[in-house]
Amino acid sequence: MGSLLEIQQLSKRFGGLLAVNNVSFVVHAGEILSVIGPNGAGKSTLFKLISSFLRPSEGQVLFQGERISHLAPHLVARKGVVRTFQETTIFKTMTVRDNVIVAHHLRSKANLLDYVTGSSRAKQDLNEFADSADTILKLLNLYESRNELASNLPHGYLRALGIAIGLATGPAIILLDEPFAGMNHEETMRAVEMVRRVRDRGVTILLVEHDMHAVMKISDRIVVLNFGEQIAEGTPEQIRQNEKVIEAYLGVEDESIGM
Amino acid sequence: MKRQTIGIVATLLFSLIVVFFIPWLLDLTGRNDLYFTLTSVALLSIASAGVWLTFFIGRINMGQAAYALMGGYISTILVVNYGLSFWLTLPLAGFFCALVSVLIGLPILRLRGVYFAMTTLVLTEVSKLLALALPITGGASGIINIPLPKALKILGITLIPDFTTLANVKRAFYLLSVILMILCFALLYRLVHSRLGQLWRSLQQNEELASSIGVNISYLRLIAYAISSFFGGLGGAVFAAITQSMYPSNFTVNDSVNFMLNCFLGGLNYVFGPILGTFVLYFGWDWLFRMGKYQLLIFSSVLIVLMLFLPNGLLSLRFRRKSQA
Ligand SMILES: Nc1ncnc2c1ncn2[C@@H]1O[C@H](COP(=O)(O)OP(=O)(O)OP(=O)(O)O)[C@@H](O)[C@H]1O
Ligand SMILES: [Mg+2]
Repeated sequence: MGSLLEIQQLSKRFGGLLAVNNVSFVVHAGEILSVIGPNGAGKSTLFKLISSFLRPSEGQVLFQGERISHLAPHLVARKGVVRTFQETTIFKTMTVRDNVIVAHHLRSKANLLDYVTGSSRAKQDLNEFADSADTILKLLNLYESRNELASNLPHGYLRALGIAIGLATGPAIILLDEPFAGMNHEETMRAVEMVRRVRDRGVTILLVEHDMHAVMKISDRIVVLNFGEQIAEGTPEQIRQNEKVIEAYLGVEDESIGM
Repeated sequence: MKRQTIGIVATLLFSLIVVFFIPWLLDLTGRNDLYFTLTSVALLSIASAGVWLTFFIGRINMGQAAYALMGGYISTILVVNYGLSFWLTLPLAGFFCALVSVLIGLPILRLRGVYFAMTTLVLTEVSKLLALALPITGGASGIINIPLPKALKILGITLIPDFTTLANVKRAFYLLSVILMILCFALLYRLVHSRLGQLWRSLQQNEELASSIGVNISYLRLIAYAISSFFGGLGGAVFAAITQSMYPSNFTVNDSVNFMLNCFLGGLNYVFGPILGTFVLYFGWDWLFRMGKYQLLIFSSVLIVLMLFLPNGLLSLRFRRKSQA
């Protein structure tokens, strides 16, 4: 397995606060890598740095050996590095299906003028987008709700829609920020399966998640952040036994790390 | 498919009415004075269409009068100083405004909400000051005695006759304006209902999410703003030709505000909202004129009540009734 994404000495400073402090790790193609850590550890900030929604204070991110941390977010997405959002982020007044269809933007072969004139290239695109959207909706168990207004979806489905939107771009790697938040155990287990299926389609997955049970079950490797610093990296087994990790989670330890 | 057919029939019907029936009626009843009023409504609704489009990408545009003014001056100066045909200056005015709006839009389209609104409001004021100060615009005394449009000939065929030879110039301008209005709104409808429109809608709803799926949000915003300003310039250019005079006061902050109100009133969810909004506001204003000093008071109260009870504009009435049935 080659390295797909390289995070090199990445730091982000907000005024006096070092939200991300000299973090380095590699993500291999085809793996599920989780980033865990207590609240405020800098996980979301790290994701925003990788997807270029924030500029790093120091360090850089390489995607397939190429530096991406100076690019505009839409250009990073174009390269295949796509993020989802921790807060519910959808196109509220579009239907579920339109949310996913519009997210196929990066797969356009037609240009904007084609779309306005309705050229055959545009029509072909639109057909492909609709078909692909239906496939994604089925994959994420959203197909039944496809004609609902996105804002009317129940909470658990909103997370899935966020992932569906990300998948529609055809990413090489997708950054999922707490995709299981607010789900009950059963829903989470279904969502874990869903994420596995996404990986099996060839999408590398970088995951932030608080549900330790899910994280231990799904991850190939885990990176642990605490106060912006990377305190551990390894397989779920190694992380479970890591002294520093246990210490960082002290007080909430046993149950929450799934031991 | 069925909805589409209804739409096409309704558009055709509307076009037939404004292009054939209304002139016939006005000639029959001898209400030649109404031509100018209806022409103004058509032109103001074109400018409002531009404002509507900026609303569509989630920006409150209070600068449309600047582009209407600019379009008016560009066309006038090209006709008067350089002897160009009015018909050529019409698209030139539009494109010039679009170009300027790209330069202005690059920095200001990043702003949102009230910040964008205020900046565009200032733009209206700046354009007036420029018109007063620049030597080529003739300052406060403006440019008068603008010649009427000459014939438009292509390959020796006269497409549009020389306006000076026409018995009823007012009717000619009316026809020009409503045909332009129909073309602009047809274009707007097409744009908004294409995939480009869907991408614009994605900006309006969540710019961060849009850029996360690879949409170049600043580029799409610029396109929308350029088309919006093109409409503004077009409306302003025809207006100058009709009144045959161009002053810095042709379009003011008041107009910028009215363009916006036209959109609110018609309904921001409906492409054709600005036509209805402009019509109602224009005639409402005229009618209220008889109320003398209470004009503004009644006008504002009615607007407030309308927005409270019909937040989606007048066109939502039609849809609401349908959904109840
Ligand atoms: N834009 C910002 N400006 C200033 N401080 C910020 C900003 N974004 C995040 N922070 C701070 O940086 C730290 C890390 O925040 P971050 O959102 O990355 O944490 P997190 O690990 O995702 O936490 P959670 O698990 O609660 O989502 C926090 O202390 C937060 O308050
Ligand atoms: Mg977070």
